[in-house]
Amino acid sequence: MYYIDLAVTGLSFGCMYAVMAVGLTLVYGLLRILHIAHAAVFALGAYVTVIVANATGSVGLGFLAAIAVTPLFGMAVYRLLYEPLLRYRPDVPMIASVGLLVLMQDAFRIAFGEQGITFRHNIYAFTIFDISGVRFNAVQIAIVVCAIVVFVGLHIFTTRTRIGIGWRATVSQPKIAASFGIDAIRVRYLSFAVGSALAAVAGGLVGLLNNLVDPVIGSVVSYKALAIIVLGGLGSVRGTLMASLVLGMVEAYGTIFVGSWLNRDAIAFIALIALLMIRPQGFTGARAA
Amino acid sequence: MSAYEISLLSVIGINVILAVSLNMISGFCGQISLGHGAFYGAGAYAAALTMIASGSVVFALLSAIAVGALFGILVGFTSLRVHSDFLAVTTIGANFLFTGFVRKQGWLGGEMGISGIPESGFGAAGNMIMILLFACTTIALSVYISHSWMGFAFRAVGQDEDTAATVGINAGAYKLAAFGIGTALAGLAGGLYTFFTQFITADAFDFILSVMLMAMVVIGGIGSTPGVVVAAVVLTLLPEVIRFVNNYRLLVFGGLLVLFIRLAPGGLAGLTRKLATIAAKS
Repeated sequence: MYYIDLAVTGLSFGCMYAVMAVGLTLVYGLLRILHIAHAAVFALGAYVTVIVANATGSVGLGFLAAIAVTPLFGMAVYRLLYEPLLRYRPDVPMIASVGLLVLMQDAFRIAFGEQGITFRHNIYAFTIFDISGVRFNAVQIAIVVCAIVVFVGLHIFTTRTRIGIGWRATVSQPKIAASFGIDAIRVRYLSFAVGSALAAVAGGLVGLLNNLVDPVIGSVVSYKALAIIVLGGLGSVRGTLMASLVLGMVEAYGTIFVGSWLNRDAIAFIALIALLMIRPQGFTGARAA
Repeated sequence: MSAYEISLLSVIGINVILAVSLNMISGFCGQISLGHGAFYGAGAYAAALTMIASGSVVFALLSAIAVGALFGILVGFTSLRVHSDFLAVTTIGANFLFTGFVRKQGWLGGEMGISGIPESGFGAAGNMIMILLFACTTIALSVYISHSWMGFAFRAVGQDEDTAATVGINAGAYKLAAFGIGTALAGLAGGLYTFFTQFITADAFDFILSVMLMAMVVIGGIGSTPGVVVAAVVLTLLPEVIRFVNNYRLLVFGGLLVLFIRLAPGGLAGLTRKLATIAAKS
């Protein structure tokens, strides 16, 4: 049963990484920026969720508020920070992004305290299900369901709707898409809005899972999310999902087998480096870097 | 000189070595590395263990340089296989791998680090002079390389590998050379740091440090040695200067970083160039 428990942990973490990373993938696919401040969006989503949930007593309202607020923030970051820097080497917007993350993390600390905030009514993390010895809680189920909804939804959106097809066209052939009348700037705003909302949901779910939202909630996840989008084949949504699940599983089993000489982050990154050396273009590898 | 000034100058010297050496890899040769802290750390641990075993400063620094370069060339090999952002993430990985590995190793002190490293015997002021001498040597080396054939080859590889290949430049060899030289200097900085603090933990060499070093390179102006030196000095002093904001230090620091890059994306070097053209016109 122990190994199945690990699979449950790996699956739920993998799904959480996937929901978090998909926003980064969308941004990267369009602009080729490593959007490290995505971690700040993730943290902002978690804070809005916990504050509204504690104020109103409804976790659902908390998530709705987070989904309403974070896209505005994401779009503002694009407009005010990235757009003027797109002409420069990719390290330039990336360092600006790091600066924003440092600033936001400290702003959260000053505004809401070092210790972080806990949910006042968090029945979800403590509702434990037990199916013939395999134990998991309601938040883990929510994370997995959320990932399924997000990825099925994105798939339908990008293959069946006009806006979605225009989006894909802009990612693969920006100039030709523009000549067919697709507004590339609106596609960028859409990517930041959708990506930020998804990061917010992931942030809220992680807050629920740990029953804690603190200033550094986003940082470690964000570096791993960078690794995930690279491994997935930059800009590929399907690759991101695959890479997230692989990383979740490697971490869960890795901590058991090699945990005595490497920590969790190191295990994730050694797997990443090994896989990158085997497949330098990532899992899907459609576009060479 | 007060003890505070001595330690501040020592840290500045170490950061100048680190930023200038990273600039050789990322600025001259165009290979983005966000794991420079790992090579610095490898050098520091090598120096600490050698110093404890042998008691010789020269041996300790030599082993720091050797271990830094060895680790750097190993990571450099990945640059032959992956490029640009893929390389950036691989080097982030190398940094997390280094700190994650060190934290779990009993013989490296684990989470507690290594303490009680023997003194260099030069005293605090002597250490500072040694650090500053090495910093000046590093700057001179960087300027020399920049003007040499090797610097030309580095820039050619950094701008366009395929074009570099058509004029007979072996891109792979030069990338490895850039990694080798840059990380050897990072290892040296680690060795100097070991004598400066006599106490090292994995936390001192984490990813945040690597990002800060990259920030020095970007703010200085990618590829410009004088710009990077100034940026290294300024970014090291900045947290001290803005001490009056005390509780808001990181907030102000992050804000200034964003603001500077937003207003002067070419860094200090780009800014000076722009001012020079304006002055020439008027």
